[in-house]
Amino acid sequence: MDFSYSEEQKLLQDSIVRFLDDQYDIESRRALINSDLGFSDAHWSQFAELGLLGVAFDAEDGGFGYGSVGLMLVMEAFGRALVIEPYWSTVAFAGGALRQDTRSERRADLIGRISSGELKVASAYSEESGRYHLSHVTTGAEEASGGWRLSGRKSVVLNAGSADLLIVSARSSGGADDRDGITLFLVDRDAAGLSLQEYRTVDGFRAAEITLENVEVGADAVLGEVGGGMAILDQAEVWGILGLGAEASGVMERAYQLTVEYTKERKQFGVPISSFQVLQHRMVDMFIETEQTKSLVLMLALALQSGENQAQAASALKIQVGKAGRHIGQQAIQLHGGMGMTDEMAIGHYFKRLTAANQILGDAAHHLKHYYER
Amino acid sequence: MEAGYTQEDLALRDEIRDFLANEFPADLRDKQLRGAPLSREDIVNWHKLLCTRGWTGIHWPVEYGGTGWTQMQRHIFQTEMAAAGAPPLLAFNIKMIGPVLYKYGSEEQKRRFLPGTLSLDIWWCQGYSEPGAGSDLAALQTRAVRDGDEYIVNGQKTWTTLAQYADWMFCLVRTDPDAARPQQGISFLLIDMNSPGIEVRPITTLDGSAPVNDVFLTDVRVPVANRIGEENQGWTCAKALLGNERTGIAQVAASKHELARLKRVASGISVPGGETLMQQDDFARRVAEVEVDLLGLEYSELRVLAAGADNPGPASSYLKIVGSGITQRLTELFVEAAGYHALPLAADAGDNIYPSWLDFAGRSAPKYFDTRKVSIFGGSNEIQRNIIAKAVLGL
Ligand SMILES: Cc1cc2nc3c(=O)[nH]c(=O)nc-3n(C[C@H](O)[C@H](O)[C@H](O)COP(=O)(O)OP(=O)(O)OC[C@H]3O[C@@H](n4cnc5c(N)ncnc54)[C@H](O)[C@@H]3O)c2cc1C
Repeated sequence: MDFSYSEEQKLLQDSIVRFLDDQYDIESRRALINSDLGFSDAHWSQFAELGLLGVAFDAEDGGFGYGSVGLMLVMEAFGRALVIEPYWSTVAFAGGALRQDTRSERRADLIGRISSGELKVASAYSEESGRYHLSHVTTGAEEASGGWRLSGRKSVVLNAGSADLLIVSARSSGGADDRDGITLFLVDRDAAGLSLQEYRTVDGFRAAEITLENVEVGADAVLGEVGGGMAILDQAEVWGILGLGAEASGVMERAYQLTVEYTKERKQFGVPISSFQVLQHRMVDMFIETEQTKSLVLMLALALQSGENQAQAASALKIQVGKAGRHIGQQAIQLHGGMGMTDEMAIGHYFKRLTAANQILGDAAHHLKHYYER
Repeated sequence: MEAGYTQEDLALRDEIRDFLANEFPADLRDKQLRGAPLSREDIVNWHKLLCTRGWTGIHWPVEYGGTGWTQMQRHIFQTEMAAAGAPPLLAFNIKMIGPVLYKYGSEEQKRRFLPGTLSLDIWWCQGYSEPGAGSDLAALQTRAVRDGDEYIVNGQKTWTTLAQYADWMFCLVRTDPDAARPQQGISFLLIDMNSPGIEVRPITTLDGSAPVNDVFLTDVRVPVANRIGEENQGWTCAKALLGNERTGIAQVAASKHELARLKRVASGISVPGGETLMQQDDFARRVAEVEVDLLGLEYSELRVLAAGADNPGPASSYLKIVGSGITQRLTELFVEAAGYHALPLAADAGDNIYPSWLDFAGRSAPKYFDTRKVSIFGGSNEIQRNIIAKAVLGL
C-alpha cells in the first residue's frame, strides 16, 4: 500500500503552494470578495496554466489525468488558503456530472474548455423545499417543438453568476420527490427566460436564486438519459463531496495551525496561553479531528478510483466534515478570545468556511440519517 | 420546601404582562421578532418607557429610584420581558455601574449620576479590557497621572461595547505602577466620552456589524472628583461589578424564547417525505436535549435565587457556562433548520428573498457567528471553570 503522491503530483502540489503563498493572503482575498466579480479572472487563468482546472479529468477528454487524487490535492491546498474562485462548482461538482456525459465529442469539448479556463459551469440542483434531497425537483421540463421548455425556480445555486453554462435538473415526468423522471439540461447562463438574483454568501462566495420562465433548449441540451438524471446527480454529488471535504480538511488544518501560532504568542498572566494544559488538549483534539478528516478524504478519493462503495464513503466524509468542522471552527474562535470575533483576523474566515461546508450537499445530520440507505 | 409564587409575585407578574401586551411598541416588537438590529433611539425610548413605570432599577434599592424587588420578583420581570421578546435593560447602566455608584460613590456622585443612569439619559460603556489585559484584567496598563485636581489619562481600551453610543465610560486605570500586586495600583474613574483626547474606532465583528470599539485615550483630563472610591482601591469596585455582570448571564428567559421560536420555525419546514423538520426524530432529539439542559439551568438558577444571597458566589459561575452553551447551541440549530438557505448573506441578498416560513434563515448564520462571543466575554468559560476549580472544588 502506498499513499504517497507521485513525483509529478508533488511538483504540482509545490507549484500550487508557491502560487498561493505568493498571491493569496487574507487582505487580497478580502479585496476580491468585495470586487464586482467576487474573485480574480487572472487567478483563473493561472489555474489553467498550472493545469489545475484539468487535473481531475481524463487525458483523453483533454484533462490532466490525476482523477480524484488530483482533485483532492488541489482542493486541500485551496482550503488552506481559503481560495475564493469558483473552482469547486466548475471542476468538482459540474465536472463530476460532465465526465459522465456519454456523448464523447461534447464531453471532450466541454472538459477541454473547462481545462483551458474558457468555460465555467455551475449546477442548479437545489430547490427551496428540497432540504438536501437532490431528487426533490419541481422545476418542470416539457417537450416542445423538438426540444424542451423549462420553468421553475432553483435556490442557492453556487457561483451561478460567473458561470457560462448551467446544469439544471428539471422534472420531465413523475412526482416532486421521485428519483425517476429527472432530466439534466445544459443551459446557457444567458438563455432567454432565465434570470438570476445574485448575492454573496455568509462565507464570501457568490450564489443566486434562479428563475426559469419558459426557457427553450434543444433536444441536444439533455445530459444523460431523459428521465435518468438522478444517476448522474448522485455521482456528481460524490465528486462534489470529495472536493468540499478535501477543501475542508485544508481549512481545518490551517485553522488549528493558526490557533497554535496565536496561543504561543498571546500572553496572559505573564505566560503564553498555550502553556495552559486545558488549551493544549483542545488543540490536540483539533489536530486529531483534522487527521480523521484527511483520512476520510483519502478513503473517498480511493473509492472513486476503484468505483466501490462511493456513496457511503461520501456520506462518511460529509458527516466528518460537518462534525469536525463545527468543533474545530468553534474552538479556533474560542481560543483566540476576543480577537477571534473580529473580521480582521483570518481565523474568523476559516470558521465561516467550515460552517458553510456543512450546509452544502447535506449536513452531518442529513448524511447520518441516510447513511445506511447508501 | 415549596414551589410557587406569593400573591404579590403573581400580582406583579400580571401587571408586567399587561404592560407588555399593551405598551410594548409594535415596531419594536417586530424588529425583535425578526432579530433586526436596534438603533440607539430604539433602546433609549424603550428604557424611558420602562422608567416611567419605575421598572429600570430592578436590582436597585428604593431610595435610589430602584424597584426594591426581591430576587424572585426580578426574575419574574426578566422572564416576562424575554418571553414577550422585549429588549433587555442596558446592562452597563443597570447591572454594572448603578450598583457601584450607590455602594461606593460619594453623595455628590450619586446625586449627579444615578438619575440619568436609571433613565438612560446617560449611556454608560465599560472600559475594562485592553489589548494586553483580557482574561488577566489586572494587567491593565492605561495610566492615570495626578495633576492637581485632575488625572491625565493615557492608554487604550478595547472591545468596548457600544462606545459609539456612550456618553460616559466607567474605566479602570493604573494609578500606581509600583504597587506590590497589580490589583493594588488600580483606580476606578468615570470619564466623559466627549472629553478631548478620546477617539473611538469601531471593530467589525464576524457578523459584519461593529458593536465593539477600540477607545484610545490621549492626555484625557478627568477630574479627581470623578474617581469612585479611594485612589488605588479601584479593584474592589471592579470586582463587585464583575460579580453583578455574571448574574443573569445564564439568559434562561431569552433562551426559552429562542427555543420556542426554534420549535415554531422547525414545525413550518417540510422535509421531502412528508414530515416537518420538527417531526424528524434526529432533529427533535437535539431540540429536546437543549430543552432538558435549559430546564436544569432554570432550576439551578432558581436554587441560587431561593438561597437569597446578595452575591451568588463562585458556584454561580456554572450558570454562565451552561447558559452560554445553550445560547450557542440554539443558534446552531437555527442554522441547521435553515439548511442551505443559511448561506445567502442577508445584508447583500436582502431579508425577503424567501417566503415567510424561511424568514428566519437570513439571520441564522450571522447570529451563530456572533454568539460565539458569549463564551468569551464576561469572563471566558475557561476562566469560569478555573474559578469553580479553585473556589468550589478547592483544587
Ligand atoms: C463581543 C465582545 C464584547 C465585549 N465587550 C466588552 C466591554 O464592553 N468592555 C470590556 O471591558 N470588555 C469587553 N469585552 C472583552 C472581554 O471581556 C474579553 O474578550 C475577555 O475577557 C477575554 O479576553 P481576551 O479577549 O483578551 O482573550 P484572552 O484572555 O487572550 O483569552 C484567549 C483564550 O485563552 C483562554 N485563557 C486565558 N487565560 C486562561 C487560563 N488562565 N486558563 C485557561 N484558559 C485561559 C481564554 O479562555 C480564551 O479561550 C468584550 C468581548 C467581546 C468578544
